Amino acid sequence: MSATPTPIYSGPIEQGDLFPAARKSRGFLALIRRHPTIALGSALLFVILILAIFAPYLWTVDPNALSPAHRGRPPSLRNWFGTDLFGRDLYSRVLYGARVSLAIGFSVAVMSSIVGLVLGLISGFIRWTDAIIMRVMDGLMSIPPILLAIALMALMQGSIINVFVSITIAEIPRVARLVRSVVLSLREQPYIDGAIAAGTTTPMIIWRHVLPNAIAPLIVQATYVCASAMILEAILSFIGAGTPPSLPSWGTIMSDGRAVWQIKPYIILFPAAFLSLTILAVNLLGDGLRDALDPRMAKRF
Amino acid sequence: MRINKHGLLAYIGRRLASTIPVMLIVALFVFSLLYIAPGDPAVIIAGDQATPENIEKIRATLGLERPFVVRFGEWLWAVMQGDLGTSIFTNQPVTQLIAQRVEPTLSLMVVTLLLVLTIAVPMGVLAAWKAGKWVDRVVMVVAVLGFSVPVFVVGYLLAYCFSVQLNWLPVQGYTPLSEGIWPWFRSLILPSASLGFVYMALIARITRTAMLEVLTQDYVKTARSKGLGEPKVLFVHALKNASVPIITVVGIGVALLIGGAVVTESVFVLPGIGRLTVDAIMQRDYAVIQGVVLVFSLAYVLINLGIDVLYTLVDPRIRY
Amino acid sequence: MPLLSVENLRTHFRTADGILRAVDGVSFTVNAGETVAIVGESGCGKSVTANSILRLIPESIGKIAGRIVFEGRDLLGLPIKQMRQIRGNEISMIFQEPMTSLNPVLTIGYQLSETLRLHQGLTAAQALARSVEMLTLVGIPEPAKRVRQYPHQLSGGMRQRVMIALALACSPKLLIADEPTTALDVTIQAQILELMHELKSSAGAAILIITHDLGVVAEIADRVIVMYAGRKVEEAPVEKLFRTPQHPYTQGLLDAAPKLGASLKNSEGRLSEIPGMVPSPKETIVGCSFAARCARVSQRCREVVPSLEPKSADHFVACHHAI
Repeated sequence: MSATPTPIYSGPIEQGDLFPAARKSRGFLALIRRHPTIALGSALLFVILILAIFAPYLWTVDPNALSPAHRGRPPSLRNWFGTDLFGRDLYSRVLYGARVSLAIGFSVAVMSSIVGLVLGLISGFIRWTDAIIMRVMDGLMSIPPILLAIALMALMQGSIINVFVSITIAEIPRVARLVRSVVLSLREQPYIDGAIAAGTTTPMIIWRHVLPNAIAPLIVQATYVCASAMILEAILSFIGAGTPPSLPSWGTIMSDGRAVWQIKPYIILFPAAFLSLTILAVNLLGDGLRDALDPRMAKRF
Repeated sequence: MRINKHGLLAYIGRRLASTIPVMLIVALFVFSLLYIAPGDPAVIIAGDQATPENIEKIRATLGLERPFVVRFGEWLWAVMQGDLGTSIFTNQPVTQLIAQRVEPTLSLMVVTLLLVLTIAVPMGVLAAWKAGKWVDRVVMVVAVLGFSVPVFVVGYLLAYCFSVQLNWLPVQGYTPLSEGIWPWFRSLILPSASLGFVYMALIARITRTAMLEVLTQDYVKTARSKGLGEPKVLFVHALKNASVPIITVVGIGVALLIGGAVVTESVFVLPGIGRLTVDAIMQRDYAVIQGVVLVFSLAYVLINLGIDVLYTLVDPRIRY
Repeated sequence: MPLLSVENLRTHFRTADGILRAVDGVSFTVNAGETVAIVGESGCGKSVTANSILRLIPESIGKIAGRIVFEGRDLLGLPIKQMRQIRGNEISMIFQEPMTSLNPVLTIGYQLSETLRLHQGLTAAQALARSVEMLTLVGIPEPAKRVRQYPHQLSGGMRQRVMIALALACSPKLLIADEPTTALDVTIQAQILELMHELKSSAGAAILIITHDLGVVAEIADRVIVMYAGRKVEEAPVEKLFRTPQHPYTQGLLDAAPKLGASLKNSEGRLSEIPGMVPSPKETIVGCSFAARCARVSQRCREVVPSLEPKSADHFVACHHAI
C-alpha cells in the first residue's frame, strides 16, 4: 500500500505524539481478547458437548417415553421445555438430540477430511488420475448437497449410519478440491523440485512439505464441513429422511412440532435455539481459526 | 465497451461442451444409485406398500437381465428427449409434475436473489468502508449469525413475528403471478427473507473482504485525490473491481438457494418443486427424485456458465 | 504570499510496535510558478508529506497535525467537503506507479471526464471532447481511440501521461508529483520530465516534486528540500545545493552518484557510500538522527537535536557542524 511508509523512526509513545498510549497486553486474558471468536466458539461448543455427553445425569428422563396424559404441555417446572404431542419430555429430547448432531458433525468432518485428503493427494500427484477424479468431483458438486443427500437417503433405510454416509459423500468433493489445489500450487514451488532432485521420495515430500501446508486450510475447512453437516442432518430429519424416530435429533423434534407450531411454538423453539447455537459455535471457531492461521487476514493497525 | 463477440461465443460453446461430461457423470450417478444401494431395486421402487405382483411388474419394466450400459443408454436417450420417467405414486410423467411446480420455485429464487443483492452488497460495502468500527463489527456478527441459523429456523422465526403476532404477512401459501404483482410479491416476502438470510450473510462477507482488498489499491487513492465523493469512490471505482469474487460467490450460493428452497417450501407451504421433492422422499418415489436432481443440477451448471459470461461484462481484462 | 505554506507538519502512524513518526515537524513553502523538490532516501517521509497535504492518509491509520496553508486557508482545518473541491481542481497529484494508479475497469475517457464533470460542470459530451484535447496535449497519439480504451491496453509511459493529463485537466495551481518517473524507463523518464516542464510553463502551475533521484532534481527543480528520518535537514536553491551543500547527508548523497569517467583505476574509482543504515524503527534516537552515520559527528550531536539555521538568505541547514 503506497500510503504506508517504510518504518523509519519509531518507538514507544512519548509526549507530543498524536496517538494516545496503547497497552501491550500479555497472558491468557490477552489471548482471549486477541482471538475472541475462537474463545467464544470453543466455550459454547464445550458447554453443548458437556450437555450431550452427560445428558443422562442432567435430570433427564427417557427421551422416548410416551406420556399421553401430558401431551403438548408448555414449559413448566415438571417439564422444563414442555412436552411434545406424544407427551415426551422436550428437555430430555433436546439434550439427547445434541448427541446426534454433534456425532454427525464431528464424524462427517473427520471422515470427509480423511477421504478428501487422500483423493486430493492422489489426484494432485498422480497426473492421469487427476482428470477422472476431478470430473467425478465436479459432477458430485453440481448436485446441490441437500439433493445429493436426499437422493442417497431415499434408497437407504433411515439410520444414523446412513445419514453419516450420505452427508460425508456430499462433503467430500470440496475437501478433495482444496487439498488438490494445495498440492498443485506446491508443485510449482522451486523447493519441491529441489527436494525431488535430491532424491526425496514422494511419501517423504508429502509428509514434510505438503501436509504442513495443507493442515491449516484443511482444519478450517473441516469446521465449515462440520457446520454444514449439522445443518444437512437437521434438514434431512426435518423432512423425514434422516434418523429414525427412535433416535431423536433436533430436526426430528422440530418436524414433530410442525403441525401445531403456531399454537405451540416451544416445540420448535428449543431445538431450533440449540441447533443455531451449536452451529454458531462451530462457525465462530472456524472463523477464528482461519483468522489466526492465515497471516494475511490478520487485522492491520 | 467492446466485447469480442466471436471470442465470447466460442467460449460459451466450449463451456457448454465441457458441461456434457459433467452432466453425464451426474446422470450416471443418479441412474446407478438405484442399483448400488443395498437391496432389490424393484422392491425399493415399489415402495413400502407394494404387493408381490407390483414388484414383479416393476422388475419386468426395469429389465434387469439386460446389460447395465444398455439400460443406461436407453434411459439417457429418454431423458434427453424430455422423458424423465413416471412417478410411482401418482402415475404422472415426472416432467409434467415438475413443470406444474416450476413457477413458485422460480419466483422464490428470483425474489430471494434480488432481495439478497440489494441488501447484502451495500451492507458489505458499508462494513468495508467503516472497517474496524462498530458498524463493521455489527455487520459481521449479523453475518455469522446468518449462516449459523438454518433456513427453517429463520423461517419459523420470521413467520412467528410477522404473521402470527403482527399479522402483516400471510403465514403460508403462494399467490401466482397471474393474480397480480403485489399479492404475488407479498406471499413471497417471508419465504425469500428466510431463504435469503444465509445467502445474505455470505454475500455481505465476501463483499466486505473483496472491498477491503480493493480499498487498499492505488487507484482508489487516485480517485480520492481527484476530489470524488465517497459514494462514487466506493460504488463506482471500488465495487466494480471487487465484483469478480462477489459474482463468484453468488454463483456458488445458488446451490444453497436450491437446497434451501426444499425446506422453505415446506415451512411456508409453497407448491413448488421443493415440496414435490419432500413428498417424493416420504413416498420413496425414486423416479421423481431422479428427475428433480437432474433438473436442478443442470440449472446449477448453466447458471454458473452464465456467471462466467458475466465476468466479461464487469472486468474488461477478462476476455476469452 | 506563498502559494503553499507548510508549518510544523507532523504525521504519525500507530503500529504494533509503537508510534511511527513518519513526518516529525517539517515546514516549507512553495511559491506560485515555482518547482520545489523534496529529496531523500526511501523511508524518509517525503511521500507521506505529499500525501498529507491533500489529506489522503486514512484517519484510522494516521493522524496529521500542524498547519498547511494554501492560498490563505488552512487545509487541515477544512471540512472534508471543501477539501474535495480543492482536490483535483486547485491542487492535484500524480503518483509513482502508473500501472496501478489508474482504475483497470473504467475507460481512460471515463476517468478523465470524471474530474471535468465534477469540478467544471461539463456535460458528458463536452467532458469527452476536452479529454481528447488533454490527451493530445500530453502527447498521446490517436487520442480519440485511446479515450475508449482501458489502462491495461496502454504502455507504462502512456499511462503516466494519462495521469498527468488527469492532474492538469482542471488547471490546478499546484501539482504534487510523487516519484513520477521512478517506475519508468530512463528514456521515458526524460520525456515525462520534459512534458511536465512544458506544461508547467504554459499552465503556470507550481510543482512540488518528490524524488530520490538527484538527476531529476537537477533537471527540473528551482529549490530543493532534503529530508532525513522525518525531518528537514537542508533547504537551498538548486544551484547552491549542488555546488555548496552544507549538510553532511546532502554531501553524502551527491558523492554517492556515479560520475562520468570513473573507473576502478583512477582516484574517483570506487562509488562512495554513506556508511550505516537508515535508523531502525525500533530505536529511539536522541540528538541528531544522522549522528550514527556522520563523519563529522561529535558528542553534542548525540545529545542535542540540531535546529534549522539559515546559512544565507535562502540556504538553511540543520546541523551542528555544517560544511
